[in-house]
Amino acid sequence: MVLHTVCHSPYQHGALRQCLRLISAPAALLLMEDGVYAATRAAAELVAIEPAIEIYALQADLDARGISATLNPRVTPIDDRGFVELSLHCARMQAWY
Amino acid sequence: MNVHTKTLLVVINASPYRSTRARDALDLVLTAAAFEIPLTLLFCGDGVFQLVADQRAAAIGHKDLAATLPVLPLYDVKRICVEQAALAERDLDPAQLLLPVEVLGSAEAAALFHHHDQILSF
Repeated sequence: MVLHTVCHSPYQHGALRQCLRLISAPAALLLMEDGVYAATRAAAELVAIEPAIEIYALQADLDARGISATLNPRVTPIDDRGFVELSLHCARMQAWY
Repeated sequence: MNVHTKTLLVVINASPYRSTRARDALDLVLTAAAFEIPLTLLFCGDGVFQLVADQRAAAIGHKDLAATLPVLPLYDVKRICVEQAALAERDLDPAQLLLPVEVLGSAEAAALFHHHDQILSF
């Protein structure tokens, strides 16, 4: 499984768009830092992503930005421990930045 | 003899002069190639701007990346791939780039991420 990480806002930066073009299952997408702005229901970017791809967002980054309540149900929030476990499950990692 | 079993995918997403990422990627690729590590290069996003011919980096006081890129085939870098969509959205003609490249559709480019042991992104 490949772990893709995105740390930029989808409104400001093309990182997520590029990632979505080159991600394919088996893969996980982790949204972090400003990347979590794509995890809200208002952001349309995640609609087209294939169902087999797991999508996570760092809980602390969601909480810090006050957007946990508007989370897209497709996204699973994870803490730092979850991040570490996820990275152990993924043999490869690609950071989009 | 090639003793390396791990294969490397180098993903180049950085435009040529905004940061040192483009230069760093190239240094890594040349070093890895010198050690005969099997690697594939994938240019995507603004990384494809590195491949534009007629760059004159000296005009902004930079070293010319474009002078180094064409040597990659001599270093036995077997696959130099470019994401077709990245070329298309920038209206770049693959035939006009400064070295011959393998143009990949998004699905083929996405498959590269699964078919290498390690990924390094720039």
